[in-house]
Amino acid sequence: MVTTTGAGTDTDQSTGAERKLWAAAAAVTDPELPMLTLADLGILREVAVEADGTAAVWITPTYSGCPALAEMRVDVDRAARAAGFEHVEVRTALSPAWTTDWITDEGRRKLTEHGISPPGGAPRRPAGPIPLTLMPTRTVPRCPLCGAADTEELSRFGATSCKSLHRCRTCLEPFEHVKEI
Amino acid sequence: MSGENIFTGLTEEHDGDARWAFGTGFTEALAGVDTTLPAGVDGADLAAYCQMLGDDALVQSQRLVQWVTDAPELEEEVALANIALDLLGQARLLLARAGQADGTGRDEDAFAYHRSAAEFRNVHLTEVPRGDFARAVATLLVLSSWRLAVFTRLADSTDPVLSAIAAKAVNELAYHREYAVSWSLRLGDGTPYSNERMRAAVADVWPHTGELFATHPVEVSLAAQGVGVDPASVREEVHGVLDQVLTAATLPAPAPFPEGAVAGRDGRHTGELAPLLEELQRVAREHPEATW
Repeated sequence: MVTTTGAGTDTDQSTGAERKLWAAAAAVTDPELPMLTLADLGILREVAVEADGTAAVWITPTYSGCPALAEMRVDVDRAARAAGFEHVEVRTALSPAWTTDWITDEGRRKLTEHGISPPGGAPRRPAGPIPLTLMPTRTVPRCPLCGAADTEELSRFGATSCKSLHRCRTCLEPFEHVKEI
Repeated sequence: MSGENIFTGLTEEHDGDARWAFGTGFTEALAGVDTTLPAGVDGADLAAYCQMLGDDALVQSQRLVQWVTDAPELEEEVALANIALDLLGQARLLLARAGQADGTGRDEDAFAYHRSAAEFRNVHLTEVPRGDFARAVATLLVLSSWRLAVFTRLADSTDPVLSAIAAKAVNELAYHREYAVSWSLRLGDGTPYSNERMRAAVADVWPHTGELFATHPVEVSLAAQGVGVDPASVREEVHGVLDQVLTAATLPAPAPFPEGAVAGRDGRHTGELAPLLEELQRVAREHPEATW
């Protein structure tokens, strides 16, 4: 079994076949953010080769309604079979819920490199009611193109569930930001 | 796609089960999740409860979709469509759970496309006619505040599947509420004209708020087992949130919620639901053999 907790990947208990399965699944890319692999996004949770030979891969959705999940399931299935596993099951892991804090440092670097501003820290969720905020509290992202700090929000939502739309006041270019959730 | 024309590409079997342009897996929202019911929980009650929360999301999602190609600005259209997509995702997970809990094995499509209005369990607030943008904002403000309060508690449900669905939805709902709050402030504290429109919108949706806090017998039973949430228990919290937002938006402080009775949760709906479902279900019902 190979698992990830967001803090790192644990391969201690794994077999060679499982490391191979992990590598195959980890290299699959997100159809909407093709510069990121499932490992970069932090949505690949666990793999196991079970006693009957089933290659099981657990992935978690980013957003409940993310349509890319169906594509990713098919891509993982295909990648695992290409790596030599005959019977593959891609399973959904719902808990713990994914947040943008699961995106790895490598994933953040790749986002910036491709002109997409990476998310800041996910909002803290204290126990009890979610506090109401009447003032903008989200961090203002830096422009991923010129690095300037002076940017404005154009829309809280973007072309995919995970992004919002911004504009740099210095270089005047619009850019996308992976919104903190 | 390897076919000679689009139709071959659409219909032929591929390695795995990918189909051209849209992949697959649309009936597998909970694939691979351990779906065992917690000991002592009545499956029929749990299924009914999942339908209530799932139908709220599904119906509101369909209502929001009516803004697509028709919103005041492209950015707001994208926002409303994204919120609709999140709600649709929540509905898929909840309706898939309902089909497991009631033992019928019905999938999410069977619930979404093949039930009549009287079989839907959503509250009337989600059926409110589209109206103007201010009404969309007012509806979202009330619905996301209510849903966020309920789902925050539901994240501790003794049903691990419901708990996981809720914990995930909380992050999305908090973002929806932020959006509704920002527009409530902008419209309420904008011009006298925008204030008037926002004030009218709040007045339009207010009569439907009482029903949100009317407890259905299924909710009584599931709340007692730690599976569900009694909506009466979030009444004060939600009123406090709305009071804070409307006051800051220089709108009249909200009246107490009206006393509401269970209606939509028992399948009694306004006349607005049937036409909305006709729009949602038409293609699936005309082409029952279709797959997507």
